[in-house]
Amino acid sequence: MTVVDATGIQSAVWLLVAIPAVSAAVLLLVGKRGDRWAHLIGALVPVALFVFSLILFFSVKGQHNREINSHLFSWVPVGSFQVDVGFRIDPLSMVFVLLITGVGSLIHIYAVGYMAHDPGRRRFFGYFNLFVAAMLLLVLANNYLLLYVGWEGVGLASYLLIGFYYDRPSAATAAKKAFIANRVGDVGLSIAIMLMFAYFGSTSFAGVFAHFGADGNASKGVAAAIGLMLLLGACGKSGQFPLQTWLPDAMEGPTPVSALIHAATMVTAGVYLIARSAPIFNDSQAARTVVVIIGAITLLYGCVCGCGQDDLKRVLAYSTVSQIGYMFLAVGLGSGVYAIGILHLLAHGFFKATLFLSAGAIMHAMNDRINMRRFGGLYSVMKLTFFSFCCGYLAIIGIPPFSGFWTKDKIIEAAFDKGGTSGWILGLAALLGAGLTAFYMTRALLMTFFGERRWEEDVHPHEAPKIMTVPVLILAAASLVGGYLLIFGGGVQHWLSPSVGPSIEEGVHTVSPWVLSVITIVVVLLGFGGAYVVFGQRRVPATQPVGVSFVTTASRRNIYADAFNETVLMRPGQWLTRGLVFFDNMGVDGAVNGLAAGLGGSSGRLRRIQSGFVRSYALSMLGGSVALLAVLLAVRFS
Amino acid sequence: MSNYSLFGLVLVPLVGSLIVFAIPRANGLLAKQVALFFSLATLVYTVVLAIKFDDKGPRFQDTMSWTWVRSFGVHIAFGVDGIALVLVLMAVILVPTVILASWNSFDSREDAEEDSDVGRSVPTFFGLILLLEFFMVGVFTATDVFLFYVFFEAMLVPMYFIIGSFGGPRRQYAAMKFFLYSLVGGLLMLASVIGLYVSSGKSTFAFSELIGSVPSGTTQKLLFLGFFIAFAIKAPLVPFHTWLPDAGAEAPAGGAALLVGVLDKVGTFGFLRYCLPLFPGASRYFAPTILILSVVGILYAAFLAIGQRDMKRLVAYTSVAHFGFIGLGIFAFTTQGGTGAVLYMVNHGLSTGVLFIVVGLLVARGKSRQVSDYGGAAKVVPLLSGAFLLAGLSALALPGMSTFISEFLVLVGTFTRHKGLAVLATTGIILAALYVLILYQRTMQGTMNEKVRKFRDLNVRESFAVAPLIALIVFLGVYPKPITDMINPAVKYTLHDIHQTDPTPKYGTAAGGIK
Repeated sequence: MTVVDATGIQSAVWLLVAIPAVSAAVLLLVGKRGDRWAHLIGALVPVALFVFSLILFFSVKGQHNREINSHLFSWVPVGSFQVDVGFRIDPLSMVFVLLITGVGSLIHIYAVGYMAHDPGRRRFFGYFNLFVAAMLLLVLANNYLLLYVGWEGVGLASYLLIGFYYDRPSAATAAKKAFIANRVGDVGLSIAIMLMFAYFGSTSFAGVFAHFGADGNASKGVAAAIGLMLLLGACGKSGQFPLQTWLPDAMEGPTPVSALIHAATMVTAGVYLIARSAPIFNDSQAARTVVVIIGAITLLYGCVCGCGQDDLKRVLAYSTVSQIGYMFLAVGLGSGVYAIGILHLLAHGFFKATLFLSAGAIMHAMNDRINMRRFGGLYSVMKLTFFSFCCGYLAIIGIPPFSGFWTKDKIIEAAFDKGGTSGWILGLAALLGAGLTAFYMTRALLMTFFGERRWEEDVHPHEAPKIMTVPVLILAAASLVGGYLLIFGGGVQHWLSPSVGPSIEEGVHTVSPWVLSVITIVVVLLGFGGAYVVFGQRRVPATQPVGVSFVTTASRRNIYADAFNETVLMRPGQWLTRGLVFFDNMGVDGAVNGLAAGLGGSSGRLRRIQSGFVRSYALSMLGGSVALLAVLLAVRFS
Repeated sequence: MSNYSLFGLVLVPLVGSLIVFAIPRANGLLAKQVALFFSLATLVYTVVLAIKFDDKGPRFQDTMSWTWVRSFGVHIAFGVDGIALVLVLMAVILVPTVILASWNSFDSREDAEEDSDVGRSVPTFFGLILLLEFFMVGVFTATDVFLFYVFFEAMLVPMYFIIGSFGGPRRQYAAMKFFLYSLVGGLLMLASVIGLYVSSGKSTFAFSELIGSVPSGTTQKLLFLGFFIAFAIKAPLVPFHTWLPDAGAEAPAGGAALLVGVLDKVGTFGFLRYCLPLFPGASRYFAPTILILSVVGILYAAFLAIGQRDMKRLVAYTSVAHFGFIGLGIFAFTTQGGTGAVLYMVNHGLSTGVLFIVVGLLVARGKSRQVSDYGGAAKVVPLLSGAFLLAGLSALALPGMSTFISEFLVLVGTFTRHKGLAVLATTGIILAALYVLILYQRTMQGTMNEKVRKFRDLNVRESFAVAPLIALIVFLGVYPKPITDMINPAVKYTLHDIHQTDPTPKYGTAAGGIK
């Protein structure tokens, strides 16, 4: 499909990035003067952007050719390396823009209430708007280098917001960990971009994609190399195996941050990157295979870890890791399934935001405590929150008619339909994941809202104010009805087809879709039942039991991923650093100092003569020049 | 036809420094004001020259040449290409910043060492800064190799006194080490300058006439090594680097900013301006070794930076890593690598300049360079910590900042020729994140150290010193074109001098000329 130039309102697409960027700068620089009104500006900005995005959406929808390029200016022009600042408006980017500004608006409004008594509220909204700007840049950029700026911008916002309560050492460490893990991914993204330039002389989507597909000339090897490097970047940003351990720790940030950045939008950027690079992945079976393997591993990993957490936000974080695993699995299945991955991403954006914001309301009520072992019986005192949490809960475990059912079911179906042994393995993994999801989410639901009240003494839970409950209810409604909008009539899939290719044709199914749906529901109910037996019918201890099974311990300790990183990467890194510092001081520098001391007889003597020695340096330099002239003279006359 | 505008530019800071030196010691404020005035005048003057510079014009512009020693073809000759011009710009932007940031540094005698026999005279310090500026502008704009050598050596004198008289507790040691290293480099260069004159057979030191005049072979290789080692000590590349952490740590913050930001750039500038065009064959011969040294330097110095406990030593080691990147870009022999390296020099000057200044402001409050003496300061000094973070982010080359563009250009320019080395160098970005964020966490975040409770945040003067640099770093990250347009033609000339062209993309650019 040809790309057309932006016209009319579309030419103003840069405002989507500029407005929140300027707003962020103003909020951060205005100082204490702005403390009284900063949050209002901060919350108004995404709402305005959402309105603008809707207008843009209808403008795009109204035209036949929906791949639009808006060129702004030449950014880095060096020889044949020509990179512009330009935006691409197309179905894929529009879906993300609407998600970011829509869900973003609701979460910003919620945050006005959530952060009402926080002395750092202005700073919070400054960072939050910075995030929106960077995220929109990420999804709107028309080339990989500009995408990288947004990519790192969201990473920066994430770093700042995870470390928002920077006086807590755990928050500061979590922020750093997130940034470092993302940097490991950035190495992949950087190398991918270098490969593009080295092989195609371009970093723009249009310029790169022209070398792939039916008319492309790029070899499979190049496609695989670029695809795998992009995947490394995607794994860092999206908390996928083996770079997943930062995401649960990121829950140190305020809860609206967890909802917007570490659930609904930023962490799905990896999925966006792969879907955006569909032409590259379509040409490389090898890269796609690695994507689905990582997706399958991560989705199970997240589920297993989610089962052992007592911190409600960490349960939700592991569920995010797991759900993004589903998305990776979908986009890795390749042509025809991308759109399903994006659908699950949208549905997840709604239901996970609902869950997190509900969790935030609970934290608000429980004096910022988040240990589920000290919750219990909250359904009667927080009815609205309970209701919205349930909507998110039913959606994530995939109970029809909630959105998660439709989208997750499609992914499981597509995995089986891949065919062959690998199809069975992936399908069964996805199915098992659905059961485990039901188990750990039910556990969280029961521990939080049911059973006896295990509250600490100073806690007096109450429902959150309207400014918090209303946005959550809207999101809860979206988790409910979202599924229909997304699946029926194939609206979104059809809409996305110019960006990621047409959706899967109804073809041969490994397992009949109806049968599979029934099996899935049965598996989910089994997970539910298991959790009900363990956590619904028995008393939940208010402190974490000790002497538990190996599996529980492994789950609590995130299957030893942190321990592994610490033992294999961090410790040897520290030894290496210490060794090198010693070597540099004693070896390299010592040799030089020894030489200097030797020349001067001793360092003491050196000290005594130094001042006179150096003061005559100007003279010695002059002497050098004279010597030079003398030598020249000699050479000339010889 | 001579154009005296560059001669005038060189004179402004020289005259300024003489005036400041003449101001009596008791009248420190006047000395500062005069110094600031002359540094700003130099800045305005340079900006005018930069605006008048024609990207499509001849290689060297605003040229002038007076015969100095007729019998040996020594000239007082000035001229700028795009590379020299942007470096001069960077230098003259840093000087007023340093003056503002050092405004009160030497007012009280309290911080002076008890046993110090060296007076900390305010006019002397600011006079030295302007004198240094004179030499810095001279060294970049000289187009006569002999004149360049004179400036190259003379530069040491004011810096020696800035470190030795105004530095920290171990300043004598650091200044001595700085001096000895430079002396060795200077002697090697002196020998090579003589050799260049002899072997070229041109009877002149005019740079343009010497290009391509040295016959290839052993002589060229030896001369190359003489220049190269002198520049590699200055830059400094691993393993010639150990003087820098001492000098950078002991120098006053403003001096360190100029030392690492500008003076050391003369080394990398020398690679590009002198080593490559004068000794093309030798440059190509030694390039693989230098590229490997550069990559080793990037990773090695980054690990060392992570392991430092002294903040200023840490910043100095980060610079050694950054010089590795610059070396990589220069000896990759591609347009992107070359332009990236020059842009890197500019950005690194701004970025390390602001980092040294911010660290200096913190050290001035805490009276300690040890990281462990700080902690949780962000709560007390939000502006200072914000500036600290931004300076750190620019040091780790965050996309969106100018440093990212230069670092990426260097990497991509290297990648097209040497994939393995570029990939290794790219892993350096992880280490960069580590040293910056660990430093930030230990000083600004976490539990508050009692000592920081009484810190005062940035005042207006300090903000004015720091904010323009940060603004410039962000601006050039968004719109680097004015600078790259100046650099590009000069880099093309240089690549032409060494007979190198960019590798073409394997699959060509897509049909239809899609960019």
